[in-house]
Amino acid sequence: MSQSYNRGLIEDFSRWKEFSAGMWAWIFHKFTGWMLIGYLFTHIAVLSSAIAAADGQTMMLAGEEVNAYTGTLQGLESLFIVRVLEVGLLAVAVFHILNGIRLLMVDLGVGLTAQDKSFYASLVLTGIITVASVPTFMAGVGL
Amino acid sequence: MAERYSSFTTGGTAWFLQRVTAAFLIVVLAFHFFLLHFVNHASEITFAGTQARMENIGYFLTMVLFLIAGAFHGVNGVYNALVNQGLSGTPKKVVLAVLVIAAGLLIVQGVWVALVMRGMI
Repeated sequence: MSQSYNRGLIEDFSRWKEFSAGMWAWIFHKFTGWMLIGYLFTHIAVLSSAIAAADGQTMMLAGEEVNAYTGTLQGLESLFIVRVLEVGLLAVAVFHILNGIRLLMVDLGVGLTAQDKSFYASLVLTGIITVASVPTFMAGVGL
Repeated sequence: MAERYSSFTTGGTAWFLQRVTAAFLIVVLAFHFFLLHFVNHASEITFAGTQARMENIGYFLTMVLFLIAGAFHGVNGVYNALVNQGLSGTPKKVVLAVLVIAAGLLIVQGVWVALVMRGMI
């Protein structure tokens, strides 16, 4: 059943016009994966302000004294650019989840003949979920 | 049969654990996004609210497992992607050591933060 292919050097991105759906899925999955693990380190760093908060450290937020954790998180959330980045993070996470489900199915041998269609479905669904989430993600923040 | 693209050698332990953590992460990552963006809006998160959530032992353990699974899945993914791109020899060993240390520090820091949020430290 297993069959080997001479796929050439996939990492040669100048061949992008020759890439098939499965190849794009693999590249997007890798790219979104790098973003997500990078974010995880940032996320834990930001949440570490809980240590300062538990220690009694406070800061000023919009003229009010709040603990370091609430101030750090709400301070970041008050920035328009952070909200835009969060929408980007959602898009990246949703694609990685949906394409991940697709990969698990490919590994289980389910729907192999539709693997290109399921990649396109992942992309479309990611787009829809991301656009539908924009109002919630951008609520209460202005430029 | 359709062409198959993966950075992993099928059937290995790294491959298998990547799939097991993937199945767990699919559910918990979706739950995490839903809870902290739609049920509780990210901009309204407070230390008191986080402490209240972390008081629930099930939630606390899920978040700790989420961190461990995420750190492993991410670092294992990065390592296999690099090996797949041709990383070998001493650089491969150095990269593996750096990634293991980075993931270890991330987990230690994250668990420390989680324990503080739960009021246990």
